[in-house]
Amino acid sequence: MTDRQKLAQETTKGFWRENPIFVQMLGLCPALAVTNSAINGVAMGVAVMFVLIGSSLLVSALRNVIPKQIRITTFIIIIATFVTVADFTLQAMAPTVHKELGAFIALIVVNCIILGRQEAFASRNTVFNAVGDAVGMSVGFTIALLILGSIREILGSGSLFGVALFGTSFEPWVIMILPPGGFLAMGVLLMIFAQVKKNRQRKASAQLKEEAA
Amino acid sequence: MSSVKRAGPVRLIVTLGVAGLVSGLILVTAYLATQPIILRNQAKALEAAIYRVVPGSTTRKEFIVRDGKLVPGSNNPAGGQSENVVYGAYDSSGKLLGYAIPGEGPGFQDTISLIYGYDPHDKKIIGLEILESRETPGLGDKITKDPKFHENFDSLSVEPKVVAVKHGTKTAPNEVDSISGATISSKAVVSIIQKENARFLSVLNSAQGSEGTPQ
Repeated sequence: MTDRQKLAQETTKGFWRENPIFVQMLGLCPALAVTNSAINGVAMGVAVMFVLIGSSLLVSALRNVIPKQIRITTFIIIIATFVTVADFTLQAMAPTVHKELGAFIALIVVNCIILGRQEAFASRNTVFNAVGDAVGMSVGFTIALLILGSIREILGSGSLFGVALFGTSFEPWVIMILPPGGFLAMGVLLMIFAQVKKNRQRKASAQLKEEAA
Repeated sequence: MSSVKRAGPVRLIVTLGVAGLVSGLILVTAYLATQPIILRNQAKALEAAIYRVVPGSTTRKEFIVRDGKLVPGSNNPAGGQSENVVYGAYDSSGKLLGYAIPGEGPGFQDTISLIYGYDPHDKKIIGLEILESRETPGLGDKITKDPKFHENFDSLSVEPKVVAVKHGTKTAPNEVDSISGATISSKAVVSIIQKENARFLSVLNSAQGSEGTPQ
């Protein structure tokens, strides 16, 4: 495999095949908490993207400098710095979004996707691959949050990105933008994912049998 | 790879020290760069809210209540006490249209902070805006945008006293029709207004005519 192919693979795996939310099931706390509207989901995704790409870049560039014993501590310092910068920037540039996301911006520090990617990937790979991996994972995270947020906003408020979709006769399904709605939407989505995976496996094993016969 | 062999304590301390130092510098820079914008945003949001709760106003002036009297001026800059501030709101010719009174108090989940307009001439509340709240999305957060609820405050008599009543039972001009499904949040808004009314109304009513011109 050439370097370019490897980079492409590391980047695209996070979109779907190893999607952090639907497949790895990491970072579910913010994914459930902030997705009561599509725009909040996207804002959270972008904040995570900034933090993840920044920290993956630094961690992989410094991977031979950081002593093994204190690697987690150093990762956390790097991550926390990026999160705080993102927090300030969002507060200055988009105060309304910041108000909606509230404490969940600060809580990106403990988002397991970010620390997980540093420990499992960035600290053992070249800068290019690490950034590719970070881009892929954060895009996958954003896609997942966008899907969740859209479903919940459409059902719970009857709108998408704040634009009303149905007439006044639509009675919003309020539970969908409350916490239980997050679990319901997440559960249904995971069920669909599991079913797709199962079908694919069955098809693959059937094919294998056919070839053997 | 150098990280395979165990690093000595000096190396650990230096690494973490440098990481902390660099991180600190970045944070201070980011703070200094964004703080003025954040403060400006907040001031702008407050100003816009003042003009919305006193319809027709285009200029404002800050007052504080001291010893039962309304005196022009802002908070003493040293102490962060913003307790006794009200804003006079004027139209373009400098005529006083009303006062914007900020207030806050406990809501269903967290502190609700709001601002409302008061017309001392008609002794009526003429507008309400929720500045910050964390009420339940879909239910309690209707206090922020529900137009039906806000209609209550477009012309709400403060005499004898502002009261919240159950949804659909408003009959008197001093009653606030609660949002169905969000009675606690509605009552919280009303009780904040009651609290601020008790504190400011007598001062504002007696200050009629002596409030000066806008800046």
